[in-house]
Amino acid sequence: MVKVKEAAPSGLEHENVEDLKHYYYQMLLIRRFEERTSEMYVKAKIGGYCHLNLGEEATIVGLMAALKPEDYIYTNYREHGYIIARGVPPGPVMAELFGKETGVARGRGGSMHLFSREHNFMGGYAIVGGQVPLAVGAAYALRYQGKPGVVVAQMGDGTTNIGAFYESLNLAKLWRCPVLFFIVNNGYGMGTSIEMGSSEPDLWKKGASFRIHGERIDGTDVLAVRNAVRRLRERAESEGEPAILDVVSFRFRGHSVIDADRYRDPEKVRAAREQHDPVRNFATLLLDHEIVDGAWLNATAERVEREVQEAIDFANASPDPRFEDLYENMYATPVPNTPGREDALRAVRINRGEW
Amino acid sequence: MPIITYRQALNDTLGEELARDPNVLLMGEEIGVFQGSYRITEGLLQEFGPKRVVDTPIAEEGFVGVAIGAAMLGLRPVVEIMTINFILVAIDQVVNHASKIHYMFGGQVRVPLVIRTPSGGTGQLAATHSQSFENWFAYCPGLKVVAPATPYDARGLLRAAVRDDDPVIFIESLALYDTKGEVPDDNDYVVPIGIADVKRRGEDVTVVAYSRMTAIALQVAQRLENEGISVEVVDLRSLRPLDRPTIIESVKKTGRAVVIAEDWYSYGVTAEIAATIQEQAFDYLDAPVLRVAGLEAPLPYAKELSAVSKPNANSLIYAIHQVLAGTSRGAQWAK
Repeated sequence: MVKVKEAAPSGLEHENVEDLKHYYYQMLLIRRFEERTSEMYVKAKIGGYCHLNLGEEATIVGLMAALKPEDYIYTNYREHGYIIARGVPPGPVMAELFGKETGVARGRGGSMHLFSREHNFMGGYAIVGGQVPLAVGAAYALRYQGKPGVVVAQMGDGTTNIGAFYESLNLAKLWRCPVLFFIVNNGYGMGTSIEMGSSEPDLWKKGASFRIHGERIDGTDVLAVRNAVRRLRERAESEGEPAILDVVSFRFRGHSVIDADRYRDPEKVRAAREQHDPVRNFATLLLDHEIVDGAWLNATAERVEREVQEAIDFANASPDPRFEDLYENMYATPVPNTPGREDALRAVRINRGEW
Repeated sequence: MPIITYRQALNDTLGEELARDPNVLLMGEEIGVFQGSYRITEGLLQEFGPKRVVDTPIAEEGFVGVAIGAAMLGLRPVVEIMTINFILVAIDQVVNHASKIHYMFGGQVRVPLVIRTPSGGTGQLAATHSQSFENWFAYCPGLKVVAPATPYDARGLLRAAVRDDDPVIFIESLALYDTKGEVPDDNDYVVPIGIADVKRRGEDVTVVAYSRMTAIALQVAQRLENEGISVEVVDLRSLRPLDRPTIIESVKKTGRAVVIAEDWYSYGVTAEIAATIQEQAFDYLDAPVLRVAGLEAPLPYAKELSAVSKPNANSLIYAIHQVLAGTSRGAQWAK
């Protein structure tokens, strides 16, 4: 894991106990959701590309704990945990991974394109860097309409090397957009290390030529993440001052479920997982401060296990999207000379060999 | 009816839409202080102020993405791309994002965005400033692509585009900006997106065209009338959705068709139209469908060489004569 300068653990004396317990519950929920997702992928319940948040639980929960309901979130394609921590029940998320009509994008998006308008979760985006200008645009709209709130542009460390990132930084500062550039720095863009891909490995410095403030925080410390986001969020909202957060964590597995992770030393991976497991470390912290006991941890584990199983059961029992709806939502309003249900059914019958 | 230029029709319509809806805003390079590279936005900054008429830095990918994101939250940005050549650096935002967001996220959010841009080229602008890429966008489900040929259609389609809840690519042409035509004072007529227009009735041959090529087709039709040839001109107006029924109806009547477009011949718009005609009107055809399109070279700068590389009245008249003779010798790409 990349070094974080001031990695002192956050104090707990001013914390609300229920909040702390909720953070732990959410982190464990993400952990187990992702582990079971991996299992479902192997069982071929889930197709396509599938990227997990294992190791990034504290980063996600810390971010979401600091955001307000009026805030908006744009993420990359490694986003299962984000939408869950934002408050979307695991069932419709798992159903989306299964490609079901009850999924958060009605089975049209899949793992990389989760969405919930109701929760201002404005989408997972699978073209690296694509979501960053969109997030600035959403922040631009908030400013234009005089509405409260900020927008989070979540991305991976590899995204900081693409042009769209820099154009976004420039426009965000130029137009005073309330946006946080939230870099999930797990040290690797797929298999390319930061050192191989970025001439400036201190990613938080990348806003310097745009006069954008940046800082690096320990992404395995849920409270450190929450506190930093709270602070920068406030400034973004009240002063229209964008900021970069370089949030360092460790990706437990390969880039995606099917990545064998051959480019990292297995010994180092094992050691890092031991040392930087945000879920286990937070459990230890709570135990050490006598905020929870073993019985509570066990009960929480059981609750999480049950909820994830229910999500899987919900996804399994859900219907597939109907063939005749193939062209539904192609456009927002009816348009002449576009195909409809009959055309879809006819084409699908032929493609299925049912003529 | 008042007679105004294509430029004036666009300028009037932008002003009216800005006045009508506070969520409409214009974004683009040089559209405000500079008054617009082609003066389409002239006077609008003075009238509506910098919040509604936004000068952007030279960062197409960035500001097109910003416009899409802003549209997702309810604004209705009308973006000017100085020429279509410059949209290539923003194509990820248009193709991977604007066109897919409504569908891919299960219909939860709309992208009411217009991207206006002149396509094609005249006047020795050379290889990188004279291209036609509307077919790239017309290829993409989820986008709408319109290309008006007259001031009347420019006004009606721009109004429709700004009021539309989907991303619309609005294709203009430098050579059309100074052309004139009748435009009613009626502030509320719209030209529906996805509907072609038979701009001239005829009996002997159908010419299918759009944008600047429609203007050429109408001139040619007028000329050929003196030779006793009756040309029907179908102006597509929309490339996506494509009004296939209107094309087919016309070809069934005339039995002959020439398709003309400014883009390159291979894989261009003309190929799509010709394929549609042979699929849906094969039994009605009395001659092969001929295509007239741009010659396939990076457009040279030299004046004469540049001029002869684009389709024009001569190439269209030649193709019409071939089709009337029932031959395919007029095929531009015989190899």
